[in-house]
Amino acid sequence: MKLKLPNPGLEDRILSHQQLDKVEEEEAGDRPKWDNKAQYMLTCVGFCVGLGNVWRFPYLCQSHGGGAFMIPFLILLVLEGIPLLHLEFAIGQRLRRGSLGVWATIHPYLTGIGVASMCVSLTISLYYNTIIAWILWYLFNSFQETLPWSQCPMNANLTGIISECERSSPVDYFWYRETLNTTPSIEEDGGLQWWMLLCHVCAWSFLYICIIRGIETTGKAVYVTSTLPYVVLTVFLIRGLTLKGSFNGVKFLFTPDLSELAKPTTWLDAGAQVFYSFSLAFGGLISFSSYNSVHNNCEQDAVIISIINGFTSVYAATVIYTIIGFRATERFDNCLSGNIVALLNAFELAESDITDSSYDQVVQRLNETYPDVIQGLDLKTCNLDTFLSEGVEGTGLAFIVFTEAITKMPISPLWAVLFFIMLFCLGLSSMFGNIEGIIVPLQDLKVFPKTWPKEATTAVTCLICCAVGLIFLQGSGNYWLSLFDTYGGSIPLLVVAFCEMVSVVYIYGIDRFNDDIKFMIGHKPNFFWQATWRVISPLIMLFILVFYIITKVSEKLLYKAWDPESEKFPTLVEKTYPVWIYVIIFVLAGIPCIAIPFIAVWKCVKDCCWYG
Amino acid sequence: MLGKIFFLLCLSSAWAEDLCSKAVPPEAYYVRLSIKTALGDKAYVWNDNEMFLFQATLAFAMRSQFSGQEYNVSNIVVCDETPRVSFWFVVTSLEDPSRLVSRGDVEQAVRKSRNRINSAFLLTDQTLEFIGITPTLAAPVAPNTPPWLIVFGVVMGAVFAGILVLLVLPLIQKKRKKNQPMEDEDSDEETQVKTAENGPERSGVYNMSFSDDDKFTQM
Repeated sequence: MKLKLPNPGLEDRILSHQQLDKVEEEEAGDRPKWDNKAQYMLTCVGFCVGLGNVWRFPYLCQSHGGGAFMIPFLILLVLEGIPLLHLEFAIGQRLRRGSLGVWATIHPYLTGIGVASMCVSLTISLYYNTIIAWILWYLFNSFQETLPWSQCPMNANLTGIISECERSSPVDYFWYRETLNTTPSIEEDGGLQWWMLLCHVCAWSFLYICIIRGIETTGKAVYVTSTLPYVVLTVFLIRGLTLKGSFNGVKFLFTPDLSELAKPTTWLDAGAQVFYSFSLAFGGLISFSSYNSVHNNCEQDAVIISIINGFTSVYAATVIYTIIGFRATERFDNCLSGNIVALLNAFELAESDITDSSYDQVVQRLNETYPDVIQGLDLKTCNLDTFLSEGVEGTGLAFIVFTEAITKMPISPLWAVLFFIMLFCLGLSSMFGNIEGIIVPLQDLKVFPKTWPKEATTAVTCLICCAVGLIFLQGSGNYWLSLFDTYGGSIPLLVVAFCEMVSVVYIYGIDRFNDDIKFMIGHKPNFFWQATWRVISPLIMLFILVFYIITKVSEKLLYKAWDPESEKFPTLVEKTYPVWIYVIIFVLAGIPCIAIPFIAVWKCVKDCCWYG
Repeated sequence: MLGKIFFLLCLSSAWAEDLCSKAVPPEAYYVRLSIKTALGDKAYVWNDNEMFLFQATLAFAMRSQFSGQEYNVSNIVVCDETPRVSFWFVVTSLEDPSRLVSRGDVEQAVRKSRNRINSAFLLTDQTLEFIGITPTLAAPVAPNTPPWLIVFGVVMGAVFAGILVLLVLPLIQKKRKKNQPMEDEDSDEETQVKTAENGPERSGVYNMSFSDDDKFTQM
């Protein structure tokens, strides 16, 4: 028994199969088209593969039991990622509209889903490009023989190094002070940082030149931005494997801890990671797919892109952890030699008396004979696993941990340049999809006059986003960015994805959808697709959404601040948000979600009034 | 003459041994060498010859600081040598072997010739430590224009040039096309007559409102 909600007038709004064929044959549509299949695949891969694959997945993998995390990740990839991806590709290709157009076509009351998608794409574009600006800043600073984050600068009267840097580390100082110039709390805005403004303008100009004529220019840009990261990852893998201690890192990453599978948070994080990694519910994928020819094999595309995305996550995790293993081993060696030197100096022993291997025995022996002296020395505990599990994710991984590791490699500027070019390409190719998810709905909503050329509409969008993005360039910009990231890009997407599945399966009709796919690719979707689209995937989405809301609502709203005046410096201090932040959180997370029922009700009321 | 010199030497060495057995005087500087840390496999063994070199280098440092005063190896008294390769030393004054040169003077001499002392032993400020004499920090080299601004300028210039090209090129192409048809109009008229006879025109725009979608007309 198939549930289907009544949907009169659907036939009037969509092109029939014969009409689609005719349009295809005569090439009469005014819709842009991909030059070739490779452009389409590269654009989708670029959109899906982003910064999250490099700096979120390795952290999750290592903190949730290493190799064991692969199990929930792969299971949810198959049950949640691939079906949703196929759904978006198929509906875009069939209805040949952007995300807003698709939902409005299926039923006018569902326009809210498109609007919500657009809002989320807008929120994310705003702060994502600031991250690209940070990457550009580091990239520009990498063209120096001694990298600026490898040593502390001197203070004003040249008597010593700056105290903030001395108490923390050169990489921390460069990130928090010279890049962000961060304020101790979110209330103090600290003014605009001019160097960041320049990089911000550069990032938006770069994006503009790539999207200036829509997929005509984007399609050319992706040949570089989607392939270069793989080249750089391979180079880093080769370099990483030849460094000392890299195998420690890889072993640590993949050592399975099967007890983690019993915890629900592992499955929740795996599900969330699969979902966000595929860039679903942004509307960009629907748009990209709508530029394809009608008979393109979207099923095959969905499977291929999912496999590439999963493989890239694992590959990037391996590369990152070879470098982290190297850094941890280096730290461990330094810690140990520091202790050894302290012991040698205190007991006036010859240098060859204590080696790395005999360290433990010697310390034990000396502790028995001279316990007070050992106490007085205050030796640090050196544990390799502690250093390895200084698991960092996000900007901390890229701009602090990895940059530190790079300074210890020979020919550091080369590796820094390569690394930041890779991050730049990963970020930029994701931005193409985000911007597509904003511009196409705006065109569908007829916000821009029809007489304006494409170049003008993209210019206006980029200018407005650039202007609003100035929030993130202040001293407190980093705190605003993590606020937007945590609340703007999480819950609304889950809601939109759930609504998408329900709309296509139950309002558009799974029977009609199956027929469409049979028309497009030649065979009806098999049992796997039926089961996942109708039951399994919506249930998984619902579970993730509910658990996410529960965890987010129950936890206290805290943020981590860099405060040189605090006692725990250089550890980040946890502070509570001020009260007015709750309003902002509501705007970010609540408004897109509320837009869906609100617009439905509004349209219903409008229709009733029209007929009444 | 020889006898006198011999006597003085014996006296000074006896005096040196005497100095070592007493408590560490306030003018002494404590020195620590970490040869193995600095040189690894190429580390040399510390022996009396190396100690002699140290005394000679320090005498050289004193000479270069206080020109005219001819310090000798015998003026540098070294005591309490440990397996760590650490010891303390004092510099005896030229006029009176029982008096010691002040800490400040020794420090000045060492600072001035620190580089030479380090290179004599193939060590650095961190591996040849004079406890109490902090290494001088290197003055930072600050370029006039920060290098990142130069890279930024190059990239932005390229991006703006690209945007200009992409915006202006189609306008130029449109202008060229406008000029071309004016010349081709005459030659086109003859060919147009021919194609009209060859079958249905396919150059028009497909107008959807007139499609053969006859769902409204079915009875």
